[in-house]
Amino acid sequence: MCLAVPGKIVELRDDGGVPMARVDFGGVSRDACMAYLPDAKPGEYVLVHVGFAISSVDEEEALRTLADLAELDEISGLE
Amino acid sequence: MTDFTLSCPLPVAERKTVVLGHGSGGKLTAQLIRDLFLPAFDNPLLGRLDDQAVLEAGSARIAFTTDSFVVTPLFFPGGDIGKLAVHGTVNDIAMSGAMPLALSAAFILEEGFSMEELGRVVASMAEAARAAGVPIATGDTKVVPQGAADKMFITTSGVGLVPENIHISASNARPGDRILLSGTIGDHGMAVMAKREGLEFDGAIESDTAPLHRLVAAMTAAGEIHALRDPTRGGLAATLVEIAAVARIGVEAVAGAIPVREPVRAACELLGLDPLFVANEGKLVAFVAAADAGRVLEAMRSMPEGREAAIIGEAVEAHPGMVLLKTEVGGTRVVDLPFHEQLPRIC
Amino acid sequence: MKYVDEFRNHALAQKLFAEIGRRATRPWVIMEVCGGQTHSIVKYGLDQLLPPGIELAHGPGCPVCVTSLELIDRAHALARRPEVIFCSFGDMLRVPGSEGDLFGIRAQGGDVRVVYSPLDCLKLARENPNRRVVFFAIGFETTAPANAMSVWQARAQGIRNYSILVSHVTVPPAMIAILESPANRVQAFLGAGHVCAVMGYEEYEPLAARYQVPIVVTGFEPLDLLEGILAAVRQLEQGRHEVENSYARVVSRGGNPEARRMIFRVFEPCDRAWRGIGVIAGSGYRLREEFHDFDAARLFDLDAIVSTEPETCISGLVLQGARRPHECPEFGTRCTPETPLGATMVSAEGACAAYYNYGRHLRP
Repeated sequence: MCLAVPGKIVELRDDGGVPMARVDFGGVSRDACMAYLPDAKPGEYVLVHVGFAISSVDEEEALRTLADLAELDEISGLE
Repeated sequence: MTDFTLSCPLPVAERKTVVLGHGSGGKLTAQLIRDLFLPAFDNPLLGRLDDQAVLEAGSARIAFTTDSFVVTPLFFPGGDIGKLAVHGTVNDIAMSGAMPLALSAAFILEEGFSMEELGRVVASMAEAARAAGVPIATGDTKVVPQGAADKMFITTSGVGLVPENIHISASNARPGDRILLSGTIGDHGMAVMAKREGLEFDGAIESDTAPLHRLVAAMTAAGEIHALRDPTRGGLAATLVEIAAVARIGVEAVAGAIPVREPVRAACELLGLDPLFVANEGKLVAFVAAADAGRVLEAMRSMPEGREAAIIGEAVEAHPGMVLLKTEVGGTRVVDLPFHEQLPRIC
Repeated sequence: MKYVDEFRNHALAQKLFAEIGRRATRPWVIMEVCGGQTHSIVKYGLDQLLPPGIELAHGPGCPVCVTSLELIDRAHALARRPEVIFCSFGDMLRVPGSEGDLFGIRAQGGDVRVVYSPLDCLKLARENPNRRVVFFAIGFETTAPANAMSVWQARAQGIRNYSILVSHVTVPPAMIAILESPANRVQAFLGAGHVCAVMGYEEYEPLAARYQVPIVVTGFEPLDLLEGILAAVRQLEQGRHEVENSYARVVSRGGNPEARRMIFRVFEPCDRAWRGIGVIAGSGYRLREEFHDFDAARLFDLDAIVSTEPETCISGLVLQGARRPHECPEFGTRCTPETPLGATMVSAEGACAAYYNYGRHLRP
């Protein structure tokens, strides 16, 4: 379950009291409700599930994870 | 008559009524063809199950095809039903290696359908036919009461002449062939879905509808082509599975080699869809003699319809009828026909 | 696509496979809870490249599969009513009830609409004041904040013709049910990453301690899953049983407090029947008393609809990870996505459907 995709906030707006954002996903953009991430700003990446931003994506953590992986040895010790 | 057997034991699903899945190009469509149409019409021409029939008339070979267009919405980013109809039939003829000679167009119109919209579709068809250099030589018009059709259905048929030295058919694909794809997949289906489901993709996604007969001519001049098919309904997956089944060969493709435009990929990710199963209207898949693959690829890339052509896999002797895909991380998965059209998911 | 493509990197995946191979000295059974994770594993063929001793058991994390037959029949009854506009996520459209599915109901004239977001339903309700809009509110905790917001906003905007049919399920009680089962073989869990994005992972700490199982919060891309598996293997080899966060770019220990606040403003926990498993205490959400005007189960007369499940499939065992789909005698023959016998084949996220769609009946 829980198909959620990361996208970049392009623009914030208010839709009759409901905070919304235009979010760009690799070239296609869709609206997302920002009620659960009230402090998010344009330019930041958020995770969107069923039209709602439920979490920010932490760039530093992402890079750190990838860097840690790169340090692993390629060859398995099992032969 | 060649039997259209798929590689898995299909359960006997007895249905009392036609369902949408029967038209989606997947397993249900295949079942209907295999269990109803083939036995009833029973002839060797039909049994080959290519996109077109090739008839012998004296020393000439005539390619003959027909197709119906029921797409909604009628207008979508990059095209409309009329353009689709012209290109679709031109392409089915082209997939036999033949040069299309002429098209017919039969219209079924719903009472109350807007004359202005009809005019726009017809103008678009005329332009597409002109640009392709293939005349719409004959036609028919019927009107049905409101509700008996969804605005407009178009059926087009086409004829062409197959050059003497060309023998292209799904059954000609053989182990060792390289599999070439003329460009990006998923564009048409996502453009239509975007319009239909009311999703806004900000103009980033457009149908790829295009006539491919000139591309095919360039390819047949460059090397030995064994099989050609355009991956429409059911997508690239359906095409590979069908050819593998008819030719009784295995197919091994590489996910990383299949070009997909980023906005199309993003749209698929958002809706939980797989681009492999999404319809295309301006692309073709070719099974090419291994020795000629490089030259044919170059010829494709020199044409506007083939700029992003790529070699995506090869035909093998192993696992006949089965299509294997090497995934981005090195695992393998089997690609099979789905039963129904994909639906957006949240899970 | 940023934050997606990098986590599908071939070279990094090979490093992870190698490291898992180095670390695993014994066989281990690891369960991924979430259907989306199962889907990803089978789609990328991840399990094929793991060392032979590492067994991935597929968990019951498919809210579509586990929705009870009775609730589906009630949904279908609503969809058949002429005054109702029945809205649903696409996943539910082909799930068969006792008689047909939503697709079939639409073909017979029912007004069934696929929505992407629950807020789309509010728009429909405003535009169709003479119709009653009902939304099939399924999902785990991940989807609950969105579903809750639709009810919250409906009340705030004075919308009177909107209601939801609730079928929410929660993860921790399901994990407990699996761990409590005498036949349980699961030794570690890959936690559902997006559920934890909302709920945090604090509530899993007592579970890890009590049942002595590592719980690694894991994402959905191939590298995320492999990292989760590696972390679980490391803990198992070292005899540790902690909650570990392997999806830190999205998940924090406290989750999303705003989202959780809204869930519990609108919903409260209740018992829930899981298709193929039975009733799991406290494993569902229902609307709070003050929102009963938005509860389709109360507004419409649905109590008369009572359904019982056929006994012919082993999906209960599959959902608990005790069997894999291809170990079922009906898999791929009598039981297919077209003719599903049980819960795990009915939904595209179910383990059996995932296995079938990626061809495991042709080549295990």
